[in-house]
Amino acid sequence: MDREQTPLQRIAADFAQSKLALAGLAVLALILLVALFAPLISPQNPYDLAQLDVQDSRLPPGSKSGDGLTFWLGSDDQGRDILSGIFYGLRISLGVGVASTLCAVIIGLTMGLCAAYFGGRTDGVIMRCVDIQLSFPAILIALILLALLGQGIGKTIFALITVQWAYYARTVRSTALVERRKEYIEAAMCLALPPARIVFRHLLPNCLPPLIVIATVQVAAAIALEATLSYLGIGVPITEPSLGLLIKNGFDYMLSGKYWISFFPGIALLLTIVSINLVADQLRDVLNPRLQK
Amino acid sequence: MPVFILRRLLQSVLVLFFMSLLVFVGVYAIGNPVDILINPQADQADIERAIAALGLDKPLWEQYLIFLRQALLGDLGKSFAYNIPAIQLILERMPATLELALAATGMAVLLGIPLGLWAGLAPDSWPGKLIMTGSILGFSLPTFWVGLMLIMVFAVELGWLPSNGRGPTTELFGVPVSFLSWEGIRHLILPAINLALFKFSLIIRLTRAGTREALLQDYVKFARAKGLSNARVVGVHVLKNIMIPIVTVIGLEFGSVIAFAIVTESIFAWPGMGKLIIDSINVLDRPVIVAYLLIIVSLFILINLTVDIVYSLLDPRVRISEAKG
Repeated sequence: MDREQTPLQRIAADFAQSKLALAGLAVLALILLVALFAPLISPQNPYDLAQLDVQDSRLPPGSKSGDGLTFWLGSDDQGRDILSGIFYGLRISLGVGVASTLCAVIIGLTMGLCAAYFGGRTDGVIMRCVDIQLSFPAILIALILLALLGQGIGKTIFALITVQWAYYARTVRSTALVERRKEYIEAAMCLALPPARIVFRHLLPNCLPPLIVIATVQVAAAIALEATLSYLGIGVPITEPSLGLLIKNGFDYMLSGKYWISFFPGIALLLTIVSINLVADQLRDVLNPRLQK
Repeated sequence: MPVFILRRLLQSVLVLFFMSLLVFVGVYAIGNPVDILINPQADQADIERAIAALGLDKPLWEQYLIFLRQALLGDLGKSFAYNIPAIQLILERMPATLELALAATGMAVLLGIPLGLWAGLAPDSWPGKLIMTGSILGFSLPTFWVGLMLIMVFAVELGWLPSNGRGPTTELFGVPVSFLSWEGIRHLILPAINLALFKFSLIIRLTRAGTREALLQDYVKFARAKGLSNARVVGVHVLKNIMIPIVTVIGLEFGSVIAFAIVTESIFAWPGMGKLIIDSINVLDRPVIVAYLLIIVSLFILINLTVDIVYSLLDPRVRISEAKG
């Protein structure tokens, strides 16, 4: 291996070895750009009622609206352009997925580090909570919370955080338990550094690689779960539709052969989830020290 | 051993207690319980009678005790939408969910094990790779998305199979089931495939990993050295040894099949518990929501407890590490 390489360069070079992962990364980057710049590139603002015309509703892909706009992917029952709806929906789906994963990572990381560093009763209580929570399927816990709290973006994010934190806590704890016994921690303890400094400056950076891998997979899982909850009508509210809700809105029309209202948002969801998984898969191989050459 | 079971039992009771508290706080303390628990169509006199009967004028901790006692007696109120006791409503819907879950599990096992064996015996062949790629998709695609595609292709475009409902049911020991008539089976196929997909992928991966590991073991080499036919080595020696983890996972995952049935039932309008809870949430039928949550949580605690106990009976290491912790 080249000595001049920084760790980041090595990771990038290893990552680029898989064409499939690069393709996944390209698709993912495109999706992120689209989500970020949705208001600029959408042919129509799907939530500006002044731009909608009910006479344009349920037009098949490629047809023209009354005022000359082309619906490349068709229009829905309100006369909204499906393509614009997808661009805006991606923002919400990705936003909810990323925000909930970030919060859950922070909570899980702190809990896992505390459990590993302090051990004893702290460890026992935290890990028992994790065990009990992981014995229920994620969708059930999210359903219970949303059934009690009601719909809403904030509530959906809260439910997704609750569902996810336990995975991170468990992963971080097991990595931290191994790292804790290493000499650099012992050295830091000999210097009588405060526990917070040892935990966050010394232990934490070394626990990150496995966490990054799991968090990447979990973003996809969170997006899928959010879509499922919204599809069931208990996730995001109708005023801020994510991809899942767009799919739900078109479901009734699908049975009468108007497939495009559900189908294209479904494809967008599929591309998002699969591209994230491809990237995560390669990241796992790249960041796994046992597989390093 | 008795210590282990006692600890687990205690933990289960604690979780159940915590969940009942959560549901209680969610329904009674947040928002106005009068709106939530009393039919909005009731008149003033009825509302006052109901407030007194439900004890809503009492302090919160006393209300919780009343709620617990009612729950233990199996009285969780009447459904607003159906006007029959919530528990009875859910129990009526349970056979449909169980039938779907069993059909899906059966399908996942019957297809997953042979395909997993194939992928494990020939990991580098193209069918082996195809099976593995397929199983990754089965893991990452959301259930509802796959269900949608199944409906689009097989129900709408091809028109081969029905996309909603249970079809005609036949009574079997007093329980209505679908699988005894051809029309019922036709209704069962798509939802069962949809629900089976995730478990199917899981079983493929478990079987493949188990097979690859077993093939390297001495007993397989010995069986081959004895000159046994390939079919016998794989069918008897390998299969028997990989069945233990597979059976465990199938048992453990049965609860999650029931949980995911919520999604499948909603898509295919399958009249089970899962569709009932989603419908109830959408029309704010709170007694049914409370009853469903308590029943499903109890069911899960029961499944987990059974698995833990069976495990500790089978594997002494589990109870030793537990006794230490």
